Amino acid sequence: MKSTMSLAKPAMRGLLAKRLRFHLPIAFGLSLVAAAAFKFTVTEPRKQAYADFYKHYDSTKEFSAMREAGVFESVRPTGK
Amino acid sequence: MLATRVFRLVGNRTLSTSICLRGGHGVAKVEDYTLPAYFDRRESPLPDIKFVQQLSPEQKSLKEKEKGSWAALSKEEKIALYRISFKESFAEMDKGTGEWKSVVAGIFFFIGFTGLVVLWQRKYVYGDVPHTFDPEYKQKEVQRMLDMRINPVEGFSAKWDYENNAWKK
Repeated sequence: MKSTMSLAKPAMRGLLAKRLRFHLPIAFGLSLVAAAAFKFTVTEPRKQAYADFYKHYDSTKEFSAMREAGVFESVRPTGK
Repeated sequence: MLATRVFRLVGNRTLSTSICLRGGHGVAKVEDYTLPAYFDRRESPLPDIKFVQQLSPEQKSLKEKEKGSWAALSKEEKIALYRISFKESFAEMDKGTGEWKSVVAGIFFFIGFTGLVVLWQRKYVYGDVPHTFDPEYKQKEVQRMLDMRINPVEGFSAKWDYENNAWKK
């Protein structure tokens, strides 16, 4: 019994190339997005936080405060 | 040609007589598991043997009909012929079993049981925690961390308001 309809021959070659052509640009794009997201949500705010902290930082005042609290061993708090 | 036929007859007879001489122990018993088996598997779609080995009289007559033109077979007869040769169709053999539900249930059950074991251990096996966990000790610890300015930029001390001696709102 010969059938009148036959299936199309499936793709035999170039399967990996086809998959890569589809997936590599997506992978590349998603990686870029991830890196950009990290940069603008983590590194830039962190850099700004450090800049703001040190803009008006008085190290002598901080040192005196820490000394009075008694955390140092080399210098004890002032006064008896 | 006639001579070879005669020779073959003679050969068969000598073979059978030699087995008889040995007392019928010439051929090993055939175990069930050594024979070709039937199994439904997607990756080998045509098993070694048909599913139904002993045909009923109707099935035998159907097999005879199969030797003729297949256009004369009805749909039910074609399905019957299929079922003689195969046990399950591809759809039937690929169907999921729902076993995963039992597996997940078992997982949850044993995790729960482990929780009970851990609670019992906390009560009856472990000793006291160190004194460093006392609330007074913890308070002194926090004060010392603030005095040392631990992580003053983004972390611990950054959340403390040193002017008003309180946590930042």
